[in-house]
Amino acid sequence: MKVLAGLVAGLLFGLGLAVGGMTDPQRVLGFLDVAGAWDPTLIGVMGGAVVTSFIGYRLVWRMGAPRLEPHFFIPTRQDLDARLLGGAALFGIGWGLSGYCPGPAVASISGLTGPLAAFVAAMAAGWWMARRLSNRQG
Amino acid sequence: MDTASLLNGVAGGVLIGASAVFLMGMMGRIAGISGIVSGMLYEPVNSERIWKGAFVLGLVLGPFMLTQLAPQWGNVAGVAEGAIGAPMASVPVMVVAGLLVGLGTGLGAGCTSGHGVCGMARLSTRSIMATLVFLACGMATVFVVRHLLGGGA
Repeated sequence: MKVLAGLVAGLLFGLGLAVGGMTDPQRVLGFLDVAGAWDPTLIGVMGGAVVTSFIGYRLVWRMGAPRLEPHFFIPTRQDLDARLLGGAALFGIGWGLSGYCPGPAVASISGLTGPLAAFVAAMAAGWWMARRLSNRQG
Repeated sequence: MDTASLLNGVAGGVLIGASAVFLMGMMGRIAGISGIVSGMLYEPVNSERIWKGAFVLGLVLGPFMLTQLAPQWGNVAGVAEGAIGAPMASVPVMVVAGLLVGLGTGLGAGCTSGHGVCGMARLSTRSIMATLVFLACGMATVFVVRHLLGGGA
């Protein structure tokens, strides 16, 4: 059941990215290019997703526990630290250079091209490096 | 302003939100792509890793099915029928960008989905701040590349 739930969630997410135009880096870079021919599409995607999740999360949390797990796994940290903000800054630079964040990059794999393959391989290497760094400090 | 694209964006966003709500209702988890994909790659083999693998399979199949069955529902800029757009940057730039995205989302514990959608929906201070930082850095990077250097993607 967990496998089926994961598959359905992934399908919905991938469809949403493609219907929303987020599997097109031109749309993403067009949104980030505030001084150029600005493309508002990403605001629509983020707005639709945040509002839907905001309402849906609150309905789901009323159940007390998820269907397939004993409790919800929700981050509790509130503090801001250098790793969070520095990580977000590095991510933003990479996002602006390519027009890809992790979801769209993975979701675009069926249309694989050389540059996308290079990006996904480098991203996987970056995650590995981040885990090494985190383990050393933690 | 491209209203049709914006409406497509809202529809896609609602689907992404539905995915996040479904995952929370079934598994109690945040739908953060960087965490799910890197977990699938690097966590020890356990039941966690299996549902994460199924999620990634669905994530790849969604746009593939749209391309095959209903490409007119896609939203690639300047293309009437297409669900997956072409990369705009060269291989060397994509390697640097991929490393930064992997390292950054790994250290910052989240990306556009985990912080930008799920974290914002939870009204998490950390996620809201991370989202503001990566949006600002993304915009600054595009400004430098396109308008100061006059090139790039």
